[in-house]
Amino acid sequence: MTFAVPRIPIGRTIEQAIDFLTLNFAFITRGISHAVETGIDALVAGMMFFPPWILILVFAGLSWWLAGRRAAIFSLLGFALIWNLGLWGPTISTLALVVIATLIAVAAGLPIGILAAIFPGVNRVTMPILDFMQTMPAFVYLIPAIPFFGLGPVSAIFSTVIFAMPPAIRLTCLGIQQVPKDLMEAADSFGANRRQKLFKLQIPLAMPTIMAGINQTIMLSLSMVVIAAMIGAKGLGGEVWKAIQRFEPGNGFEAGIGVVILAMALDRVTQKLGVRKKA
Amino acid sequence: MDNNQSTSAPKIKVEKVYKVFGKEPQRGVKMLEEGLGKDEIMKKSRLAVGVNDASFEVCKGELLVIMGLSGSGKSTLLRCINRLIEPTAGKVLIDGTDVTALSDEELRRMRMKKFGMVFQRFALLPHRTVLQNTEFGLEIQGMASAKRREKALQALKLVGLEGWEDSHPEQLSGGMQQRVGLARALAVDPDILFMDEAFSALDPLIRREMQDELLALQARVQKTILFITHDLDEALKLGDRIVIMKDGAIVQIGTPEDILTMPESRYVERFVEDVNLAKVLTAKTVMHKASTVVFPKDGPKTALHKMKETGISNILVVDREQRLIGRVTADDALRVSKTGEKTLENIILKDVPTVEADTIINELFAEQDFPIAVTDEQNHLKGIIIRGSLLGALAEGGSK
Repeated sequence: MTFAVPRIPIGRTIEQAIDFLTLNFAFITRGISHAVETGIDALVAGMMFFPPWILILVFAGLSWWLAGRRAAIFSLLGFALIWNLGLWGPTISTLALVVIATLIAVAAGLPIGILAAIFPGVNRVTMPILDFMQTMPAFVYLIPAIPFFGLGPVSAIFSTVIFAMPPAIRLTCLGIQQVPKDLMEAADSFGANRRQKLFKLQIPLAMPTIMAGINQTIMLSLSMVVIAAMIGAKGLGGEVWKAIQRFEPGNGFEAGIGVVILAMALDRVTQKLGVRKKA
Repeated sequence: MDNNQSTSAPKIKVEKVYKVFGKEPQRGVKMLEEGLGKDEIMKKSRLAVGVNDASFEVCKGELLVIMGLSGSGKSTLLRCINRLIEPTAGKVLIDGTDVTALSDEELRRMRMKKFGMVFQRFALLPHRTVLQNTEFGLEIQGMASAKRREKALQALKLVGLEGWEDSHPEQLSGGMQQRVGLARALAVDPDILFMDEAFSALDPLIRREMQDELLALQARVQKTILFITHDLDEALKLGDRIVIMKDGAIVQIGTPEDILTMPESRYVERFVEDVNLAKVLTAKTVMHKASTVVFPKDGPKTALHKMKETGISNILVVDREQRLIGRVTADDALRVSKTGEKTLENIILKDVPTVEADTIINELFAEQDFPIAVTDEQNHLKGIIIRGSLLGALAEGGSK
């Protein structure tokens, strides 16, 4: 049975839009691409400048300071294992991608989350977009990234940011909305203006929730960075991808373990960060 | 405590204030003016009446209690005065300025400079220390940190929280948290203190202690205080005057004596019934030990000093056998102390009202002059009743 209703050309429209954007704005996106790539290269080069054991000690020290002794021991042993497996270089480039993607996601996500918490209008527009961003299969973002930014790490970061930003926005918004009404009223009763309420009350009180959002963003970045290896992001994801193509299960698992260690180390540290603020 | 009700313009004047919640609330005001009741309006238009035609005045230095059961609109009325809730109609004048006509910015300035507020659930900032909480209002004003620290420390001292500056609110008991709340409000040195069920969340013992301290504090700082409570005992104990509310409307305004002795409606009467221990309690139960007395040979300076220490304007004079002779007023003592008189003998007034220990309190309300002396048949002074203790005893008796 056929219907006379014509097929709605969603796909074609999107392609046309992307073609148009690529054609007319590629110079901008390519410029961004160049800048970000320089940043990534600099970060990777900076970290690779030191011998691995120094960085391992630095990571362990940071973990100790931020999350306590157990996290420090885990970092020490985990990163030592990575070094031992010969995955140090890929791990560092993955870490650099995660760091930069997280920075961008948080830098954009926090203000959006704050605006969405304060202005109902922004909230109404933002939330459906976030639903879209989160449920759209992550691979799909990889496709338009390529014409904009070319193959390579910048496209990976672009799609990673889109994929990883929603929790930062959502939890920032939630944290600020959850500030008790009576505290807001107290601030009002003393004549606080919007800015004072935001910085003296809402953001400090929302901090644990915001940190939970950032933690989620980091975790999602990490998972996406691996997927993004398909469009030329190097690092641990690249190793996994290589292992798939050459059917090398051993190498694949080793790279996978590297991802797990990196994820757990980052998770422990950032999780404790939120709780620590509260106490 | 003496009433410092000055005859000058009122500090706060509330004129025909209405608050109706819902869409197009003006409709509700109109219906109220037409004489419709709260429930009818709800049924007809889905509008909720918060405050219905409230008018009253508060004098400078007065402690006015707004009392009513939950849902009576007392908290809403309070918030209409500092516009945490926007009144639907009516005017609120503070020192002659119409608060309802202020722009947002002007309103913020007024709240910053003139208002302090204490909340039922304390509303302290959990991420800040006691000192930082106390500094909050000053910080909003933009005061330099050294100066606001100094002021905050003073305020903490005033509420008896010295040494707790660096604690966090959650480490403190409820009573102490509310002291922080009070200190935070006092730190900005407001003209007007709004206290919204400030002691309702505290357990009875702590509550009574806080009430006593508030009265003592008020005697020193003389703020204009609007105190909200649902507890008649508390209202009687604290209020210079009491505003009783029901269904958003004011049903009676009067001194605690008025409320107790002349309830204007069945509603107030029913409230008061439970407290009417005035018919049961005797002078003996409410009198204080007459520890502060003078002898005729004492000098006027001594008398003045004792009066100042206990905060009274009249002091009883007794002889060596504790027999009542009369009273001396502060004014007289001050006058003769300047003329160089050495004793009080010439200024003793004999008009002290006396009652016996088993007199029923109810009869004491007839007495206009306080203090009342309680004596036995031989005219020995047994005790003394001041207005505050009379009402306080009634209030406390009621909660037993």
